[in-house]
Amino acid sequence: MADFTYTLLIPLIPFFTFLLLGLAGHKMKPIMAGLIGTSGLGASAILAYSAAISYFWTGHSAGTPYTSIKAFEIPWLHLTDKLTIHLGVLIDPISVMMLVVITTVSLMVHIYSIGYMKGDTGFSRFFSFLSLFSFSMLGLVLATNIFQMYIFWELVGVSSFLLIGYYYYEKPSAVAASKKAFIVTRFADLGFLIGILMLSFNTGTFDFQTLTDPHGPAIAQAGGAAFMGLSLLTWSLIFIFVGGAGKSAMFPFHIWLPDAMEGPTPVSALIHAATMVVAGVYLVARLFPVFALGAPDALYVVAWIGGFSSLFAAVIACTQTDIKRVLAFSTMSQIGYMMLALGVSGYGGEEGLGFMASNFHLFTHAMFKALLFLGAGAVIHAVHSNEIGDMGNLRKFLPVTHITFLIACLTIAGIPPFSGFFSKDEILVAAFHSNKLLFAIEYLVAGLTAFYMFRLYYGIFWGKNTHYHHTPHEAPKVMTIPLMILAFGSVFAGFLPFHDLVTSDGKGFESAIDWFVAIPSVLIGVVGIVIATILYKKESAMPDRIAGSLKYLHRWAHRKFYIDEVYLFVTRKIIFRYISVPIAWFDRHIVDGTMNGIAGMTVYAAYAVKGLQSGKLHQYAFVFVSGAVILVLIFVYLV
Amino acid sequence: MNFSDILTMRHELMLTLLALVILIIDLNLHNRNKHLIISITLGLFFIHTLVGFLPAENSTLFGGMYRTNPLLVMMKNILNVGVLIVLLQSVTWLKKEENREKISEYFILLFSTLIGMYFMISSGDFLMFYLGLELATIPIAALAAYTHHQTKSAEAGIKLLLISALSSGILLFGLSLIYGSTGSIYFDTITQLYKNTPMQVLAFIFFFTGMGFKISLVPFHLWTADVYEGAPINVTSYLSVISKGAAAFILIIVMFTVFNTIAPVYNNILYLISVLTMTIGNLFALRQKNMKRFLAFSSIAQAGFILLGIIGGNIMGMTSVIYFVLVYIFSNLGAFGVVSAISTVTGKDSMDDYDGLYATNPKLSLLMMLALFSLAGIPPVAGFFGKFFLFASAASAGYYWLVFIAVLNATISLYYYLLVVKAMFINKSEEPLAYFKSDLATRTGLVLSGLGIFILGFWSQIYELINSLSFGIIH
Repeated sequence: MADFTYTLLIPLIPFFTFLLLGLAGHKMKPIMAGLIGTSGLGASAILAYSAAISYFWTGHSAGTPYTSIKAFEIPWLHLTDKLTIHLGVLIDPISVMMLVVITTVSLMVHIYSIGYMKGDTGFSRFFSFLSLFSFSMLGLVLATNIFQMYIFWELVGVSSFLLIGYYYYEKPSAVAASKKAFIVTRFADLGFLIGILMLSFNTGTFDFQTLTDPHGPAIAQAGGAAFMGLSLLTWSLIFIFVGGAGKSAMFPFHIWLPDAMEGPTPVSALIHAATMVVAGVYLVARLFPVFALGAPDALYVVAWIGGFSSLFAAVIACTQTDIKRVLAFSTMSQIGYMMLALGVSGYGGEEGLGFMASNFHLFTHAMFKALLFLGAGAVIHAVHSNEIGDMGNLRKFLPVTHITFLIACLTIAGIPPFSGFFSKDEILVAAFHSNKLLFAIEYLVAGLTAFYMFRLYYGIFWGKNTHYHHTPHEAPKVMTIPLMILAFGSVFAGFLPFHDLVTSDGKGFESAIDWFVAIPSVLIGVVGIVIATILYKKESAMPDRIAGSLKYLHRWAHRKFYIDEVYLFVTRKIIFRYISVPIAWFDRHIVDGTMNGIAGMTVYAAYAVKGLQSGKLHQYAFVFVSGAVILVLIFVYLV
Repeated sequence: MNFSDILTMRHELMLTLLALVILIIDLNLHNRNKHLIISITLGLFFIHTLVGFLPAENSTLFGGMYRTNPLLVMMKNILNVGVLIVLLQSVTWLKKEENREKISEYFILLFSTLIGMYFMISSGDFLMFYLGLELATIPIAALAAYTHHQTKSAEAGIKLLLISALSSGILLFGLSLIYGSTGSIYFDTITQLYKNTPMQVLAFIFFFTGMGFKISLVPFHLWTADVYEGAPINVTSYLSVISKGAAAFILIIVMFTVFNTIAPVYNNILYLISVLTMTIGNLFALRQKNMKRFLAFSSIAQAGFILLGIIGGNIMGMTSVIYFVLVYIFSNLGAFGVVSAISTVTGKDSMDDYDGLYATNPKLSLLMMLALFSLAGIPPVAGFFGKFFLFASAASAGYYWLVFIAVLNATISLYYYLLVVKAMFINKSEEPLAYFKSDLATRTGLVLSGLGIFILGFWSQIYELINSLSFGIIH
């Protein structure tokens, strides 16, 4: 067994670059700050790759299952004998895979940002925040226990808040968006915290290895209905999943994701495509044995939330006109896929196909979605607008962006031999064997995905001949090279033997493409592309006519099914008016009144005892002796 | 001849030697070169501190009058680190023209009191204890009157001397009653014979009164404000941090090893005194405008919290008291260090002078904020854990109301600590204190206390170390 203690450095290096840039960044030249951040992340990436290679291949004897290893652990807070909080590094297939995903995407985003953020006043601040985020995210995936994960989970929330609100000084909307993201996910995190407390109270441990041991106490004592026919374990996992749903923008906590697009585009690529939003998927995958063996009902909830979110988001994505928002909803939809795959999966061997498929899709999605966002960033960089209406015919001006974007679109649409085909196919197979209705939904979503992605593609690179004030020009090399690297990843990631590497119980299994599912899914993808081609390749009035004939449906979808308005109605009209206003009155008149009274009394008392402090020594001595005598009187004679 | 005994008493012997060495060097130095003493002393004391960390074992000397064990050595080491910081913070002030001739006096007097504290910590009977107590008290009166050309300083010295004479008298009366009722002055014998008779309770109260004077518990605290304000700032910081910390150590040792048989009685006394001390200390601190007086009263309130750990009466209580004192030393020295740096350079020590300090002296303000947060007990700095463990130990002994009152007091204290933070960061000032750069020694002292506050908050092993050492003391 190889020694993995050095993996501790993977999160620590970005932490140190964060400290360095945060403390001394303003004294450096901007390019210097960028190089420090990027090279730090590069070092982390190299360590992550070598950890992956030695974990999966060189340090592993073929044929044995992959085990989880605690590479490093210290007790951090020793509260009581039963309750100790540890900090450490957990190495197992999914954490190693996530290390590779996070460091790769983060490195690409770092490099890209050197070009994208050039000339921005807060350049070094931006890179210090990026480092902080990378540190938090890496710490999250390496956590050995659920409490450590929760700490980093919140750190991720804070750093994403900082990054979304990065343009606070010029865009009030960015401030609003960052607050919205923070508050919505905070609400979900409350569920997570309740879940953690219930789970650890129930099982007496925070530790992942103990929790997920198939023969361990957590799973053994699962039975017994506690509330509404579900066991305590099921309830705690549902609460934990609420936290995951918040971070992963699952319905109904998805409302922060579209707004979060106010952040700089590289941030969207990092946080809202590849890393933070899949934290929820990772959380469920991390606790998967508990879900699968101890609480299948909770897994059922996961599957349906995932399935519904993916359909819901795909429909909305078809009607959005802001390219980043299309991508945001597409992300939500794809994460729904991953959740669904986990939800329909069983534990062990081929039963665990969904688990493998979910992680596989997480991996490929990270590549192609980061590519899409960075490509969108290059487009926005060129035309200074987010609206499809302001674009068109850009393929001549942005050749590299065009080709890489096309590759990413084909990948997400599930066209072979691109990686998205393989991972999506596995998910569909898993769904097909488990629940036909969910399969039907996902099948439909596959078509919708191909349609809205190619609608976006044609809208940007083909379509009408827009007149531009300035001739758009291709992004600099520092931005296009990450695009090419990610495109390479999107094309070839599908050939990784995931069914041997990342499985629910660590043992590999045989997996082949099920053509019975694959061919129809490719076909519906092609149908989606063809429809998009007919409608959007050349400028025509057809799309508007169709939208007109589907008047209400289109408007509903365009307004994101009014979920935001529902939230606003509930908060403003109901919670604020009928709960907050009375509480505020009570607070102002009763609580504040009491507090002011106490404070006033305190000040009065302070003046009253002032006389004691006269400066006269004989009086001090008198009080001194009287004190002693009174103590004697009380404790010798009275008590 | 057995040299290991020398190692056993290394703290006391080395420091005595150190004081003598300073005296001799001082005699041979020309007036011009007196400032050399500062660096020599600092260097020697640093070595002394390091030597203190050598491993120690349980042993007794002089037929049980002197005893030592790893926990006691640790207490002395904690005091040493604190004194080192105090010395570093005094350098600028000592270098002033008017102090040049009496630099060595400062060190010798200060070290004498420290030796006294060592002996009190290590005492195995009340004779050694009393000798240590006097040695630890009388030179402080001289220190308080160090700048005797200033009326206030002279007044502080004489007040301290007189009140300490009074308290020593009462304490000695208590000791004689103890001897009279048990026939022994040895701790080990006394604890076997001590019972709940009225005379023994009376004796205990008199003893406790004397200790209450050292820790400045209400109502034996009235001297504190005048002395703290009148004495030079560095003496004040020594008096309110080191001297008080040492007295707290000694109190807990004596409580747990000598008077443990009358715990039900002394717990009631401590309960009453603790509530009084926290509340009255807070009430006074609330309206102080002078930073020295402010810190003095806040340290009275802090002393009230210490009693919570003693009431706990268990290992956790002992550990939490030692840990709290350790944290308290760093936090309070951080605050005193800033006040001292500012008052030495600018001569100002009113809270209004701190308005807008952050704009001109950001680093000092940040350290001050850290120290005040720690004193107020805001997580995650060390002070939070210090208070938390104290409260937890009192709660585990079932004193929920006391913990409730303590929490209320902690809240009140939050208010006045934040007043200073507000002055530095939010209040605007027409003429904020100008930027100044402290010298190396001051900065080192400040950085040390800042690091202490920070590290103690995150490094939980230290708590467990104290806990493991405390284990042998309580039965």
